[in-house]
Amino acid sequence: MSNTPSELKYTKSHEWVRIEGDGTATVGISDHAQALLGDMVFVELPELGSALEAGEECAVVESVKAASDVYAPLTGEVVAANELLEDAPETVNTDAYNDGWLFRIKLEDETELKELLDAEAYAELVAEEDH
Amino acid sequence: MPQQTPLYQQHLAAKAKMVDFAGWEMPVHYGSQLEEHHQVRRDAGMFDVSHMVVLDLAGPTVTDFLRHLLANDVARLNPTPGRALYSCMLNERGGVIDDLIIYFMNDNGYRMVVNAATRDKDLAWITQQAAAFEVSIRERDDLAMIAVQGPNARDKTAKALGEAMTPAMTLEPFFAVESAMMCGDELFVARTGYTGEDGFEIMLPAAQAGNAWKALLAADVAPIGLGARDTLRLEAGMNLYGQDMDEDTSPLEAGLTWSVAFEPAGRDFIGRAALDAQRETSPARKLVGLVLNGRGVLRAQQKVLTSAGEGETTSGSFSPTLGQAIALARVPADASGACEVEIRSKRLPARIVKYPFVRHGQPCIAL
Repeated sequence: MSNTPSELKYTKSHEWVRIEGDGTATVGISDHAQALLGDMVFVELPELGSALEAGEECAVVESVKAASDVYAPLTGEVVAANELLEDAPETVNTDAYNDGWLFRIKLEDETELKELLDAEAYAELVAEEDH
Repeated sequence: MPQQTPLYQQHLAAKAKMVDFAGWEMPVHYGSQLEEHHQVRRDAGMFDVSHMVVLDLAGPTVTDFLRHLLANDVARLNPTPGRALYSCMLNERGGVIDDLIIYFMNDNGYRMVVNAATRDKDLAWITQQAAAFEVSIRERDDLAMIAVQGPNARDKTAKALGEAMTPAMTLEPFFAVESAMMCGDELFVARTGYTGEDGFEIMLPAAQAGNAWKALLAADVAPIGLGARDTLRLEAGMNLYGQDMDEDTSPLEAGLTWSVAFEPAGRDFIGRAALDAQRETSPARKLVGLVLNGRGVLRAQQKVLTSAGEGETTSGSFSPTLGQAIALARVPADASGACEVEIRSKRLPARIVKYPFVRHGQPCIAL
């Protein structure tokens, strides 16, 4: 069964979000998403400084099997991208919630946070999809 | 409801991720497609290919029939039992209805293996064409088929299946042998495959398939899913029907000219007139290999920009052996050298290369 840490927030499109204390949020794809995609071979990250709108396609994760879009969970500016993934995209498979993070956003509108799912709601969504 | 092969329970036992493929419930991987790919290149793996369609053809004029039906010439097999031939089956326009392997059998009949996805239209076409000949066609859906591939595939298969494999151990590549198992059931072993590695394709009664699979597992032959089957065949530069060619593509535009027997000139096979006309003007397009220079992944149906005009990728993936993205692409006949591929509206530099990309575990192109 897939793992959904309770301290994180999630989206219906299978991103996870970690709210950092400094007005930024770190984004990755969930364990469920990485397991569905399989062995990751390429990750295309958003450019530093680019302005993202919540819901916008902003990154791509590609496994041997398929390419999958990653959507910005929140509106804001990209302040960091995980360069480790250039040489080691498989980190998304092995450590989706920590070293496999994709990018970090400086939040523009904190009220958007309440749109995100908590771990319980996300786990339910995944369970439904598995049916 | 999708159909299940005789090895369905074995896939579940090996924790396969099952998908619907051409109406069959098939394993796409058993955990990691990449590891399965490397397993075949470096050691030995096995594929359940029981969904493929096996046809036994016999009758007094079966050779004449097949010389008419197929673009390659089965007269090249005769009189050596067990010999195999790759061929396209064409329509009158020279388009490919399917590609297949055909074996010449001991009893002067032939065994043909065609794709699962094209079963119905193949059978309809073959039956229609056979009406003018004295030919019987028997679908062997009582057989299961297991492909064992990799540098250690032959040794491990011998260990797993014992004495029944003895006649197969001296087979030359692209030959097959009919023998019997301990229980007396028929066994057909061919030194063929779809990975670019050495190995066997084994046909046996469905009831025996589970035991053979378990014996192979016990000999450390790992199960391999359809996912790795696709990256392996792509590295090996082998076409996939429906992707790299179809009814609107001639073998001359699909890198398969080598499989068309134009000699003897008098052999009137279906599609010949169309191919002869194409040869006179020389085909406008050709199938080439592509390697992406930098990071990224090539996929089917991406636009290719060459100095001679636009083309399109027909199959593409990340090559686990090369660590780079590769593709097959149909491009203008004069295209060569550097090109660009459009991926998500960006143009990335790539180059046209001769394929195969990998054979017997070794890269065939300079990186």
